[in-house]
Amino acid sequence: MMQSTTNKNLVFSNILTMTHRNLLKTLHNPDNFSDVIMQPVIFTLLFGYLFGGVIAGSVHAYLPMLVSGILVQSILNAASGSGQQLREDINAGVFDRFKTLPISPIVPLAGQLVGDIFRLLISGAMALITAFFMGWRPTVGLPALITVLLLAIFIGWSTSWIFALVGLIAKNAELIGSLSMVIILVMTFLSNAFIPTKTLPKFIQTLVKINPVSLTISAIRTILRTGQWSGNATAVFISGGIIILIFMPLTVFVYQRRR
Amino acid sequence: MNHDNIVQVRNIEKHFGDKIAVQGVSFAIKQGEIFGLLGPNGAGKTTILKMITTLLRQDAGKILLNGFDTLAQSRFARQQFSVTGQTAAIDEDLSARENLMIFGKLNGLTGAAARNRATELLTDFDLLHSADQTLATFSGGMRRRLDLAVSLIGKPAILFLDEPTTGLDPRTRTQMWQAIQKLVAQGSTVLLTTQYLEEADHLADRIALIDHGRMIAIGTPSQLKQQVGGLRLRLEVADLKQVTKAQTIIQDVLAASVHVDERTLTALLDDSGMSVVSQILNQLQTAGIAMNNFAVETPSLDDVFLKMTVGKN
Repeated sequence: MMQSTTNKNLVFSNILTMTHRNLLKTLHNPDNFSDVIMQPVIFTLLFGYLFGGVIAGSVHAYLPMLVSGILVQSILNAASGSGQQLREDINAGVFDRFKTLPISPIVPLAGQLVGDIFRLLISGAMALITAFFMGWRPTVGLPALITVLLLAIFIGWSTSWIFALVGLIAKNAELIGSLSMVIILVMTFLSNAFIPTKTLPKFIQTLVKINPVSLTISAIRTILRTGQWSGNATAVFISGGIIILIFMPLTVFVYQRRR
Repeated sequence: MNHDNIVQVRNIEKHFGDKIAVQGVSFAIKQGEIFGLLGPNGAGKTTILKMITTLLRQDAGKILLNGFDTLAQSRFARQQFSVTGQTAAIDEDLSARENLMIFGKLNGLTGAAARNRATELLTDFDLLHSADQTLATFSGGMRRRLDLAVSLIGKPAILFLDEPTTGLDPRTRTQMWQAIQKLVAQGSTVLLTTQYLEEADHLADRIALIDHGRMIAIGTPSQLKQQVGGLRLRLEVADLKQVTKAQTIIQDVLAASVHVDERTLTALLDDSGMSVVSQILNQLQTAGIAMNNFAVETPSLDDVFLKMTVGKN
């Protein structure tokens, strides 16, 4: 018979095991793999080579603009995987099995959300690395680059909680997947991610301006251009914090209420 | 408290809205026993099992696992058992070995211990050759075996199996039965739900019959069968003219009524059993009555089932 231990170390190591599981799932499943690795690479290549000339005169000139757009898009994509993976686990019965284990009930959810951080990191790094191979050379130092990546991951992680909540409430994993894909596409294309907004109709310009994705991208662009943290970045950071403050307790509540 | 009873279910009840899913179910399972919950689809078997395995809270009543209350001491209660659900709860994206390792670690094993135990179980369940392949290549039977193996990684005292062989081919079903019997031989206690009477009959030491959320009978398979009657004699006479003569002979020996349907005669045997059977055979032979068919039958659990749930479904 197993020993009963309720200390924090055990909870921590259980969360690590669960995180390890989620990463293995990401690497083994072609769907998840393409979400976090293929998509940033393909979108950077595609957008860079297709639209670089039209929008900025050359691929090289377009990259500084593209890189922040792709970064945020990739991060949001990776974040959306959270809800879908949770729902798949619930539907497959794996969650019921987790819940009958002598572990803290929060471990499966925590494992998913900690795993998300790694998936966000991989996804964001892939976007930057691809741009680098296409010739993008950041004009700011490594600390600024790391700041940008961390800010993006933070924003991604905060939206992970929203997607996790959706995953707990909605029943159909595929529906969650395709719906979040559409939402992310609309949100990123109706933003300043890939194009200069000056030529857009007034009405659309207003939409683009109030789109939180635009605000995030602007903040990241400023850091990448000047190497300086801005008030804009602070606003984005605080918004992420507010999302977490609202959705983390809500998601945990819905998760534990399920039984 | 009786410590022999490793599982104690006392008067549990569960409502889903207005619908009563389970009502007034009580039973106790002894250490080392295979206990079957038998009932048609939707009878409430899985709901009962979910309450016992802490996945659902009962609205009333008490469940003790090795003495631990599933509501008040759920964490300790969860250390006592492992559960295998109706569908294989394994990760499609992981290999068999990874599945075992992860559940081993979550069960409190160290990395090395989890690795050893995984190899042990892969060998036991004949999965060693496919241990590191993706589960996409696994057959239904292999998935079920892996699912059971995952349940065993923490060496649980009690094993709950929800319809462990539903949808399996006969060969794989026999393999699962053997695996379950082997576990019990090693000291585990098993509770299984099933809708197959044959399975309950073959595996279970005792059976609780569940219908419409209530327990309508409990006992050993033979006790349940006796509730619909004991052994039954059935014979078919070759010559239609001799039926009445045969009927008289059997009635005299058994001192009981004989049911006649054309050439077929059936009669219930009392506790005296087989000795009267040879008597009847001798007398029929002496009287020169030829037979096409002669059989002594045990009532099946199907008879029990149909009789007890008749008209209710």
